[in-house]
Amino acid sequence: MAKKKATAKAADNLTFLKTPTGINGLDEITLGGFPKGRPTLICGAAGCGKTLFSLEFLVKGVEEFNEPGVFIAFEEKADELALNVTSLGFDLKKLQDEKKLRIDYIHIDKSEIEETGEYDLQGLFIRLGYAIDSIGAKRVVLDTIENLFSGLTNEGILRAELRRLFQFLKDKGVTAIITGESGEKTLTRQGLEEYVSDCVILLDHRVVNQISTRRLRIIKYRGSLHGTNEYPFLIDEDGISVLPVTSLKLDKPVSAEIINSGIPSLDKMFPTGGFYKGSSILTSGTAGTGKTSIAVSFADAACKRGEKCLYFAFEESPAQIIRNMKSIDLNLQKHVDKGLLKFYASRPTMYGLEMHLVAIHKAIQKFKPNVVVLDPITNLITIGSFSEVKSMLVRMIDFLQENQITVMFTALTLSTVINDQTDDGVSSLVDSWLCIKDIEMNGERNRGLYVMKARGMQHSNQIREFVITNKGLSLVDVYLGPDGILTGSARETQMLMEETGQVLHRNALGRKDREVLRKRKLLEAKIESLKTEFESAEEELNKIYIEDEIKRGVLNKTRQQMTDLRSGNKDI
Amino acid sequence: MSKKYELRLYVAGKTLKSVTALNNLKQYCEEHLKGEYVIEVIDLLEQPQLAEGDQILAIPTLVKKVPEPVRKIIGDLSNQEKVLVGLDIRPKL
Repeated sequence: MAKKKATAKAADNLTFLKTPTGINGLDEITLGGFPKGRPTLICGAAGCGKTLFSLEFLVKGVEEFNEPGVFIAFEEKADELALNVTSLGFDLKKLQDEKKLRIDYIHIDKSEIEETGEYDLQGLFIRLGYAIDSIGAKRVVLDTIENLFSGLTNEGILRAELRRLFQFLKDKGVTAIITGESGEKTLTRQGLEEYVSDCVILLDHRVVNQISTRRLRIIKYRGSLHGTNEYPFLIDEDGISVLPVTSLKLDKPVSAEIINSGIPSLDKMFPTGGFYKGSSILTSGTAGTGKTSIAVSFADAACKRGEKCLYFAFEESPAQIIRNMKSIDLNLQKHVDKGLLKFYASRPTMYGLEMHLVAIHKAIQKFKPNVVVLDPITNLITIGSFSEVKSMLVRMIDFLQENQITVMFTALTLSTVINDQTDDGVSSLVDSWLCIKDIEMNGERNRGLYVMKARGMQHSNQIREFVITNKGLSLVDVYLGPDGILTGSARETQMLMEETGQVLHRNALGRKDREVLRKRKLLEAKIESLKTEFESAEEELNKIYIEDEIKRGVLNKTRQQMTDLRSGNKDI
Repeated sequence: MSKKYELRLYVAGKTLKSVTALNNLKQYCEEHLKGEYVIEVIDLLEQPQLAEGDQILAIPTLVKKVPEPVRKIIGDLSNQEKVLVGLDIRPKL
């Protein structure tokens, strides 16, 4: 033990040692935790989570770093305290039984106490020292030490003793948290910040537009770099999570891998055959244009690839989405059953934007999805201003890209005039932007989809008609007729008309063919009869000719006979 | 042991304040409660675990266990008036 301490001291000279808090995200913004062996002040107004914060510091210390802790409670009794944090999954009783945690309740009742003459707080020191030594504590919480001021009147002594107390804690080598209630002008009512000067953290619970957000800020951290912003934090069933909201770097990894969108005809609009993995896709359109359907197809495709998808629904409940998507032949339930698809539904007004962001972060870190869908981001505007939503989305996209998670947002555009510059200003952040547009014509409304932008990819410049059928989604080439673009039934009509035309045309062609055939047959028949005529004429001619021949032969013969007769040849 | 007054004085080592307090206490008791009291001196340096029971913060602290109600008087007990009031020997003026 002594040896260990000695080496720690030696290292102390070289580097600034920190005690990891184990609180989600806090170690990131403090770059490692609280200053080791020194007191840290946590201040804030009533109900901002100071006690919980410090208690989690102790519990995590035991659970994750095997560092026993002492909790000196000036406000709540040990049992009350244990009861209050059971909902967060902290079993203080068990930790106490294991001698990993010690909760000491210090009760000060002014009515019981009479002060006369000089005194000091050696009793407190002894109790503290005893508590620390009895379990070998490395972490100490004093919650809230200011209560001393309400019980004891001699402020001069108290202040001197407090100074001594912090020195005592340092000498003990414990990492301590002192909590303090916010004062009017000072950080704490009694000016504790005067004594604890190494690290001061301010917790804040602000209500804007009736929605509360918890925030945390490191006011001071002597000897260490730290994040200086206000960071929102969340208290839920897993305790506290702090979100480091802005990463300053733009050095995210990129992937050339392509993932498909779940709509084959949409993929065909990109020669690459889909979107880049880890990119962000925005689908925007007016009400009822099928944004959610596209988003769900995208999620469905991811699940079919065997990837995990987290679906944030800000508008519909998961059951509603699952039911509705059956109408376009998407069975989401089986993905949910397999654990590939997870819904995270919450009303935007449930809590502030920052809290949403924290909650989304948490959900993503827990589920570790490959694909994330946010449907729709525009609903968040109900709880924040435009610029706030934008800054939230910037950080969100940042976070997602860092983790190589492909994300699809849907956004509702309110006006029919497409604002090319901005859809909540996200357009500059997203990598691909699909725009769905209403095409109203001939008394009906149809959907036209086009790719507004696709970073690093060639893409079709054509507006495609986006059709939603009970077989799923598909894109159809819009019909470019002589009267311009035709969609919907106008397109169908035009196509039908063309088809009719073709049939008629074919029919006409056939008739002509038959006519030719008939004509040929006619002519052929004519030719045949002429031939016969010719043959009979020829025969006639031949007959005369033969008769002549015969006649001539007979004549010759007769003449011969006559000649013979005349010459007296009487032999005949 | 059924004295009327049971008093406990918590100290931490033999500091000046502790010694003063003990001397003062003895003097007041002899004057006002002769034969009716018992004083128990607890040195927290030797028995630190006892500090929790009586919720001791300040040193020295005098705790009046009996008679009820329990009262605590902190400091070196230099103000006799206050101590006597605190011990319910004399009513508060």
